[in-house]
Amino acid sequence: MISLATGNYFELFQLPQLFRLDVDRLDSQYLKLQTRVHPDKAAHLSDGERRQSLQWATLANEAYLTLKRPLDRARYLLKIHGVDTREEDNTAMPTEFLLEQIEWREELQEAITIRNQHSLDRLSVRLKAEMDNLIESVATLLDGGSHHGEAADLVRQLAFIEKLGNDLDRAQAALED
Amino acid sequence: MLLQISEPGAKAPPQRRLAAGIDLGTTNSLVATVRDDQAVVLEDSQGRVLLPSVVRYHADQRVEVGHDAKLWQSEDPENTFVSVKRYMGRGLDDLPEHHGAPYRFIDKPGMVQFETHAGSVSPVQVSSEILKSLRERAVQALGGEPSGVVITVPAYFDDAQRQATKDAAKLAGLEVYRLLNEPTAAAVAYGLDQAAEGVYAVYDLGGGTFDISILKLTQGVFKVLATNGDPALGGDDFDRAVYDWLIKQTGFAPTDTRHVRSLLSAARIAKERLSEHPDTGVSVELSDGSVVNLSLSRESFDALTEGLVKKTITPVRKALRDAGLSIQDIKGVVLVGGATRMPCIRQAVADFFQQPPLVDLDPDKVVALGAALQANLLAGNRAGDDWLLLDVIPLSLGIETLGGLSEKIIQRNATIPVARAQEFTTWKDGQTAMSIHVVQGERELVSECRSLARFELRGIPPMVAGAARVRVTYQVDADGLLSVSAAEQISGVEARVEVKPSYGLSDADIARMIEDSYAHAQEDLEARRLHEQRAEAERLVEATESALALDSGLLNPDELAQLGQSLQALKQAIAGSDWQAIKRTADLLNEASTEFAGRRMDYSIKTALTGQKLDALQV
Repeated sequence: MISLATGNYFELFQLPQLFRLDVDRLDSQYLKLQTRVHPDKAAHLSDGERRQSLQWATLANEAYLTLKRPLDRARYLLKIHGVDTREEDNTAMPTEFLLEQIEWREELQEAITIRNQHSLDRLSVRLKAEMDNLIESVATLLDGGSHHGEAADLVRQLAFIEKLGNDLDRAQAALED
Repeated sequence: MLLQISEPGAKAPPQRRLAAGIDLGTTNSLVATVRDDQAVVLEDSQGRVLLPSVVRYHADQRVEVGHDAKLWQSEDPENTFVSVKRYMGRGLDDLPEHHGAPYRFIDKPGMVQFETHAGSVSPVQVSSEILKSLRERAVQALGGEPSGVVITVPAYFDDAQRQATKDAAKLAGLEVYRLLNEPTAAAVAYGLDQAAEGVYAVYDLGGGTFDISILKLTQGVFKVLATNGDPALGGDDFDRAVYDWLIKQTGFAPTDTRHVRSLLSAARIAKERLSEHPDTGVSVELSDGSVVNLSLSRESFDALTEGLVKKTITPVRKALRDAGLSIQDIKGVVLVGGATRMPCIRQAVADFFQQPPLVDLDPDKVVALGAALQANLLAGNRAGDDWLLLDVIPLSLGIETLGGLSEKIIQRNATIPVARAQEFTTWKDGQTAMSIHVVQGERELVSECRSLARFELRGIPPMVAGAARVRVTYQVDADGLLSVSAAEQISGVEARVEVKPSYGLSDADIARMIEDSYAHAQEDLEARRLHEQRAEAERLVEATESALALDSGLLNPDELAQLGQSLQALKQAIAGSDWQAIKRTADLLNEASTEFAGRRMDYSIKTALTGQKLDALQV
């Protein structure tokens, strides 16, 4: 039973509810929290206390990861504002973005087929730059007022690119082994 | 009835709890404890530290463990078990060819068993004999039963292997504070010893398992960034490489187990000598009794084992990649495990990481020492200057979806404890049951992952296909052990199942096995239960009293009185000798103190994160 009225993860870590987040402060607050609640602190205590500790430490890990990763943090902020990103059923994207995605997919396939590590590395660098751009735009939209609908559109694009990035990582890993 | 509360500020000196750390190794096992703030390994009555992980079963049910049992490994190989750790949580199909394993295997679902002339035994039982022997050693040295122990497991052990280890501990009558990953234990011993900071790699090659962990050490926090390994690769395999060479050289292919064992021993001795000398002689006794003398150089040995050494580097690469780091980020590499004494391993590690590895602590003892330090911490024997371990799960946990694919619910290298839920739906109209298959591993096909459990969620109200919302929740605790539950969300019908992986013994199985071992002494069994319940209840009384001494202000007078009554009732029950009454009363106190525990936690968290003491707290 977790009884602390935490409100949300930002309040839990006592951080301002913003997309642009002080990551060092998040890290240190997370560690402070785990230092109190981790099951290792309750190993010699009663069953009830051990169970509670397990639940708290689980929550702390979940909250930390959610705020740590930009994409999850953006989704979470939108959720707090009552905006569902509907990534499963809303696939409407700007044509330009979709064409670019198709192009990148083709490049990835090509690099995998000819087993070219350098092509993969170059693609990875470009993908990273594109993600950073999108994240910056999301930050401006989320922290700069109530542009939640537009932010949700960009979050869907970001999710697309992240998935491509994961496939790219896997391809790089497969090539290294 | 009046409740005694100690004066404010007059905190009673905490009672020191006895605790021990156990390294349950493939080849050797050790037990260590903390004395005067120093971790020390415990010796047996003859001054020996390493207990060979060898167990021999006699026809009259007697069991020999360690050095005595080891003497018989060639003479009585079918009843003398070495390297049993390799079989923990493993079925017969999981095993590689039983090269040099002379046991009479019995194919059992989940975990293999062995036929001995004392009856059939499981790897869990064999391991529990090793643990019992170490427990006795600890009781002698500590002057009493330990309140709890930390047992180390390879970081790359999956759920089935961890569960099997914990079951073995229960069977040995040990209270397990924590299963701790071996490389993490080594990092604790090392980090605290050297006051290290930065990112370290721990390369742990034991008798039968290989682990690599990448850890970040910062002011009292040990955070595992990634772990990888091979649960079936260790020093034993290097012995086998030499064994194969011996067979090739002599043309002698032993068929009886006695010769296999003695040839393997010769191989092991040669391997160990080559860590100290550039070459060594090997004597092989053939079946006709004649002896062939051979010579093996370190160079030839390195060539024989080159493939094995390379096999350890692939997991190292993967762990680095998962941690998002490159070789330049690694500040130091710690070597753990007896097998890292081999010069070829040291050289390969130095070459890969572009720096000489750290070998300041004895690679055989470092894991047990770290486990002892952690056990002392978990026992609550330290005041204030604690450290914190944040470990990860080594392999992804998934669920079988249509087409025999594994959908990952928890990703590998997630910091534990962790819980994740995912919703699934029915695919047929009127479907009232859903079958859930829990798997572990990185592969996409379920058939290439380890199957941990299968269960059915029944009682889903009939709905059209796709309407039901079944929420499946995976929870991994701080031991790295998984529990799974499933519930249908919309109908409000509570249909929920808790499962334990199929490899684990149920609590009832363990109770039965313990009873079997006391089959001829009913009084012993009763005495043991009374002892266990008393110890558990005393722990609860102590924890409740110390909580009250610190934070009774969080309770209103009624709550305080009620808790006081439950506490008194339990003290009275402890004074009696009815173990069932003790258990009942303890359960009541546990229940009565749940709310109190919740408020204490809230208070502790608030003060930790706001950095200020809250003067008053509304109750």
